[in-house]
Amino acid sequence: MSKRIKVALIGNPNTGKTSLFNQLTGLNQKVGNYPGVTVDKKQGTCKLSDKESAIITDLPGTYSINPTSIDESIVLKTLLNSQENEKPDVIIVVADVENLKRNLLLFSQIQDLEIPTILALNMADQLKRKGISIEIERLEKELQTKVILMSARNNEGISDLKNEIINYKALIKHSNFKEISTKIDQEYFDELSKKSTNFSPYELWMMLTKKDTSMLSEAEKEELQLFSEDVSKQKKYQHKETIYRYQKINSILNKTYKVDASKATDLRSKLDKVFTHKIFGYIIFFGLLLLIFQSVFDWASTPMDLIDGLFADIAGFAKANLPIGMFTDLLTEGIIPGVGGVLIFIPQIAILFLFIAILEETGYMSRVVFLMDKIMRRFGMSGKSVIPLISGTACAIPAIMATRTISSWKERLITILVTPFTTCSARLPVYAILIALIIPDTKIFGILSLQGLTLLGLYVLGFAAAIIGAYILHKTIKIKNTSFFVIEMPNYKLPSAKNVFFDVLEKTKAFVFGAGKIILAISIVLWFLASNGPSSFDNVEKNVIEDVANQQLSKEALSQKIASAKLEKSYIGIAGKAIEPVVKPLGYDWKIGIGLIASFAAREVFIGTLATIYSVENNDEDISTIKEKMAAEINHETGEKRFNFATGMSLLLFYAFAMQCMATLAIVKRETKSWKWPIVQLVGMGTLAYLSAFIAYQILR
Amino acid sequence: MNSIATLQIGERGIISEECLDIIPLKLLEMGCLPGTEVELLQIAPLKDPIYICVNGSHLAIRKETACQIVITKI
Repeated sequence: MSKRIKVALIGNPNTGKTSLFNQLTGLNQKVGNYPGVTVDKKQGTCKLSDKESAIITDLPGTYSINPTSIDESIVLKTLLNSQENEKPDVIIVVADVENLKRNLLLFSQIQDLEIPTILALNMADQLKRKGISIEIERLEKELQTKVILMSARNNEGISDLKNEIINYKALIKHSNFKEISTKIDQEYFDELSKKSTNFSPYELWMMLTKKDTSMLSEAEKEELQLFSEDVSKQKKYQHKETIYRYQKINSILNKTYKVDASKATDLRSKLDKVFTHKIFGYIIFFGLLLLIFQSVFDWASTPMDLIDGLFADIAGFAKANLPIGMFTDLLTEGIIPGVGGVLIFIPQIAILFLFIAILEETGYMSRVVFLMDKIMRRFGMSGKSVIPLISGTACAIPAIMATRTISSWKERLITILVTPFTTCSARLPVYAILIALIIPDTKIFGILSLQGLTLLGLYVLGFAAAIIGAYILHKTIKIKNTSFFVIEMPNYKLPSAKNVFFDVLEKTKAFVFGAGKIILAISIVLWFLASNGPSSFDNVEKNVIEDVANQQLSKEALSQKIASAKLEKSYIGIAGKAIEPVVKPLGYDWKIGIGLIASFAAREVFIGTLATIYSVENNDEDISTIKEKMAAEINHETGEKRFNFATGMSLLLFYAFAMQCMATLAIVKRETKSWKWPIVQLVGMGTLAYLSAFIAYQILR
Repeated sequence: MNSIATLQIGERGIISEECLDIIPLKLLEMGCLPGTEVELLQIAPLKDPIYICVNGSHLAIRKETACQIVITKI
């Protein structure tokens, strides 16, 4: 097979670049990592003809080659790459016909890198409706490039584009930079071009303004260093460069691009008036949120039960059919429940991200950012923090990754630090069982369920903790804000099913492979710690059998007794007892202590761990569900139920505030590039959790 | 002196040539160029940010940025 052609897709956000990528690659896409940075690298393969195929890289959407966020910085990094095997053979600049002027700025910058470039004018199906006419041939001549008129959504023009990719070697390379730099300061740029023979003046100019000289030799670096002293001049020249580029684009578009203003529809301004209205805007937003959460609950419960049952069956089947031994135990008690514990969250996460993807695709999310920015800013965040905070109710991991669009580092950092306060799906099973234990199943005013209200209260508490936490961080973190806020308000459009599907798939994968790996690993470690212990551990089984020899126990009750006795004497049981003095003031005993330790894999592991421990004192065969086991548990010091109101509330508060997720800590470390912030999070949230649980228990008991 | 921040909803102005160096590069690149017309479309309920249309780009920017961009009203 011939060598695969390397294609890079570049374009402004909201130009349908992702639609084109999905159209070209379909299911043959994967998300990888760029070396050294956290930005996801979306790549896919595409069959161009019988003989030829291409590797397509979808670069993050950007308005310019000059980056203002990490996502955008990757564009320049990829294109400037000196290693031939990373550099694309051909670049497709995707532009929206409606906003061609601004799209052409990016095109003009890309063209100057002198890599073969095709201009793909997307959304061609909109031309007639919007009253736009473009003289393609003339545009090609003026821009010195190949122009393809296409519509990614309707699959129009895709084959033309593929043909151009196959024949990429015939594409003209053209640079505007000579002409522009002469206008700005000929002498300055002539001098610059002498600094290296391996790179064009434009590439050097990019390295100079981005302060990224990693591709130059030592001698060249020094040369450029001397040159780069006058930063204000560089800034001035960058501004001039932009002006000259726009001047040229304007003169080209005047000749080739016409808009019939009478065809313009007023849909945008009409919808904007409603969605950004000072009262209706907020009502619609909060109404949508309620609707979304309601649907997530309603739709996710059935598939979650199915997954839960399925993994219990698989473990049971494996246990019954595999030879007894260490490996079977590892599989049935460590790996299978661990995988199940990851997969169980997929329905909730996927459904929530489905809604978020739809809201983003339609253009509505930008209006939410606009509505919420001022409010969020009082708490040191940005309007763009709303999306991570909503996503956090599914899983903090994709939510923290979604903060990358926030260009101010301080606003982004605060958002990252407070996102884990929002009620993620792993907290729900814990909340559900504790609420069922301590809150009576009664209705207020005949309609509102008290248990439901408590759950709602915990959600509100999570958001409140996030907001208050943000305010405190805002007042204490001293980082000077150097960036500024801008967001495009895109046209409203119907969401594309394909784009929504791939977006949900990608975020769910981020959870499964980001959190999943860690949850699984910790589950296995915990299994080991729970099924092994110091030397006396081996005698546990024998001792139990001797102890109960005179009782008439069924086989099942006996094995449960053995299991819980083993847990008590295991390493994790010892650890639970060791922390008992610390958690006692919160109303917990060593058994709950074990549950707390086990929760570091994922919070919901708490339930399963307690279920194993609590089988010990109940010989009653009728008690089988976890809830019943917990309800029957007695606090031996007081003679009361262990899970009374005070302990229950204390636990609810502890789970609401504590940072108990290793996977999130790992992501925070990756995104903030330091251990400082995950430690701040762990300690800060832990302290808050401990204190609030302590106060609640001491008051209520 | 008038800036984008002093516009009322529906009002338009021309961005002054003098503020070329003040406008952040990213805004320039998004079409907010000296000499072009800018229209204020909406102001967020809490008076900030503001929503403008300039050179075919529909953008939301904060007041702190808007008040640096000098215009002549038309």
